[in-house]
Amino acid sequence: MTSRGTLRTIPWALLVGGGLCLAVVVAALLSLVWTPQDITQLNIANKLRSPGGQHLLGTDHLGRDMVSMLMVGARSSLLVALVAVGIGIGLGVPLGLWAAARTGAWVEEAIMRANDLVFAFPALIIAILITAVMGPGAINAIIAIGIFNIPVFARLTRGAALGLWQREFTLAARVVGKSRLRISAEHILPNLANLLIVQGTIQFSLGILAEAGLSYVGLGAQPPIPSWGRMLADAQTMFGFAPHLALMPGLAIMLAVLGLNLLGDGLRDYLDPKLRVMRG
Amino acid sequence: MMLRYLAKRLASLAVSLAVASLVIFLVLEVAPGDPVSFMLGLNAQPDTVSALRAELGLDKPPPQRYLAWVGGMLQGDFGISYTYRTPVRDMIADRLWVSLPLALYALLLSTAIAFPAGIYAAARRNKAGDITVIGATQLGIAVPNFWFAMLLVLLFAIILRWFPAGGFAGWQEGIGPALKSLTLPAIALALPQSAILARVMRSALLDTLGEDFMRTARAKGLSQRQTLWRHGLRNALIPVLTILGLQFSFLLAGAIIIEQVFFLPGLGRLIFQAISARDLIVVESTVMLLVFAVIVVNFVVDLTYALVDPRLRRRA
Repeated sequence: MTSRGTLRTIPWALLVGGGLCLAVVVAALLSLVWTPQDITQLNIANKLRSPGGQHLLGTDHLGRDMVSMLMVGARSSLLVALVAVGIGIGLGVPLGLWAAARTGAWVEEAIMRANDLVFAFPALIIAILITAVMGPGAINAIIAIGIFNIPVFARLTRGAALGLWQREFTLAARVVGKSRLRISAEHILPNLANLLIVQGTIQFSLGILAEAGLSYVGLGAQPPIPSWGRMLADAQTMFGFAPHLALMPGLAIMLAVLGLNLLGDGLRDYLDPKLRVMRG
Repeated sequence: MMLRYLAKRLASLAVSLAVASLVIFLVLEVAPGDPVSFMLGLNAQPDTVSALRAELGLDKPPPQRYLAWVGGMLQGDFGISYTYRTPVRDMIADRLWVSLPLALYALLLSTAIAFPAGIYAAARRNKAGDITVIGATQLGIAVPNFWFAMLLVLLFAIILRWFPAGGFAGWQEGIGPALKSLTLPAIALALPQSAILARVMRSALLDTLGEDFMRTARAKGLSQRQTLWRHGLRNALIPVLTILGLQFSFLLAGAIIIEQVFFLPGLGRLIFQAISARDLIVVESTVMLLVFAVIVVNFVVDLTYALVDPRLRRRA
C-alpha cells in the first residue's frame, strides 16, 4: 500500500492533536487546584459581562467567570469519556479475545449476537432507558456511553485477533503447549496494543461528543456541576442578548474532539503505517 | 441461494427484535416509581388504585404483561398512555410525522453533500481540492450537531431572520412552511454526518482504484473519469451503504437532541416528557419503535449488499 498522503501522513497532526489534548487535560487538572475565579461563588451583580477586562471570556447569567467554568467543565467531559472508554476496553477487549480464541464455539456466536444487539441501541437510547430507571447523572451517562463502547472494542479485537491466530508465532506458542488464555495474553494482546490505542482516541472523542449531547438534554452531569453541554443548554435561553456564552463551550468541545481525532490519526501513522489501510 | 440467505437473515432479524423487546421490558420493569400512584397522587383510595391497576393491566404478572405488550404491538396497539389516557399509537404517529421527515431530510442532505465531496476528493487525491475536503471533514466530525444547530439559529433565525428559530408549522399548513421549519434542524443533523460519509466515500473509492478490474477498464480504453463512474463507484458502494445504514440510526437518535434545540414536537420531546411523568408505557413503546427502526434499516442494508455484490449471497 503506497502512502495515501494528505493530512494523515503529515507529522503535525500528532503535534497539533497532542497539543490540543494536552491543553484540555492541563486545564482540567489545573482546575482541581486553581481557577481564575471561584465558580461556587455566585455574583449576580457581575452577571453577563462581555469578554475582556477582568473576565477574559466574560461571565454567565450567575456572574461566574467563563474561563473558570470552561476549565471545571473539562473535568466532566474528560472523566465521563475516559471511564466510558475504560469500560469499553476493559470488557470489550477480553470478550473479543475470547471470541477469537474459540472460533466456532457458542461463545463466539453469543458474543457477536450480543454485540449486534447493543449496536441496535444507540448510546442516546441506552441513556434514555437508564435515565428512566435510575435518573439522570454523570455516572449514568458513563454507563450509557461505556456500554456502547463494549461491542466496538469487542469487534475490533476479535477481527484483528483472528488474523493473529493464523500467524506462525501463535502456532509456535501452541506447539510449546501454551494455553489459549496465555497465548491471548502474551502474544495476541501485545500485537493489538497499537490498534487499541488508536481506536481508544476515536472512542474518547465520540465519548466527549456523547457526554456533551447528554448533558445538553439534561441527562448528564447535574447542576451545580458545570459541564460544557449543560453550559450550552443554559446559554441557549440567553441567546438573544448574550450569544458569546454559546460560543465558548461549543468551541471547547470542538477543539477537544478535533485534538483527539488528530492525535488518533497521528498516532496511527507514528505507531504503525500498516494501520492506515484499516481506517480510510 | 438468495432464498436461503433471506430466510437466514429474517430469522436473525426476528431474534434481534425479540431480545431487544425483552431487554426494554425488563429494564423498565425494574424502574422505580409506581405509575398508578404517580397518576392518582398520594391521597388516592386503595380501591381506586387497585381498580386503575386492573384497568391498565398492571395487576397481572410480568410475563403475561410482556406478552400482552408484544402481542399488542404486533397488531399495531402500543398501549394506553398512563398520563394522557390516549392510545400511545396516536401519540407516536403525531410525533413521527416530525421526526421521520426530519431524519429523512437530513439523510438526503448529507448524501447530497457527501457523495459529490467524496467523489471529488478521490478524483483529485492529494491535490489541493482533496486536502480542502479532508480538512473540512475533520472539522465537521468535531462539531457537536446541537451546537452547530445553535449557531445556525443565531445566524439564520436571529440575525438574518430567514428561518424560524424553532417550533413546527405543522403539515396542515402545507408542505412549504413545514419544510421551512425542518430545514435548519436537518442541516444541523446532516452536516456532521456528511463529513463522515464523505470520508468513507473517498477512501472506498480510493481502495477500488488499486483493483485489477480498474486497470482492465483503463486498458480497454475508458478514461480515468469513466472508470471511476462506471466501475469504481459501484464497488465502493458497500462500505458507503454500511455507513448510511448506521447513520440512519444516528440520525433518528440525533434528531432527539436536535428536536430539543428547535422545540420540535417530535419523538424526542415525547420521550423526555414521558420520562418526567413516569409514563413508562410511552417510553417503552417509543424506544422499541426506534430500536425496531434501527434493526430493520440495518437488515435492509444487509440485503442490499447481496444485491450490489452477488459474492456475499454465497457466504451466508
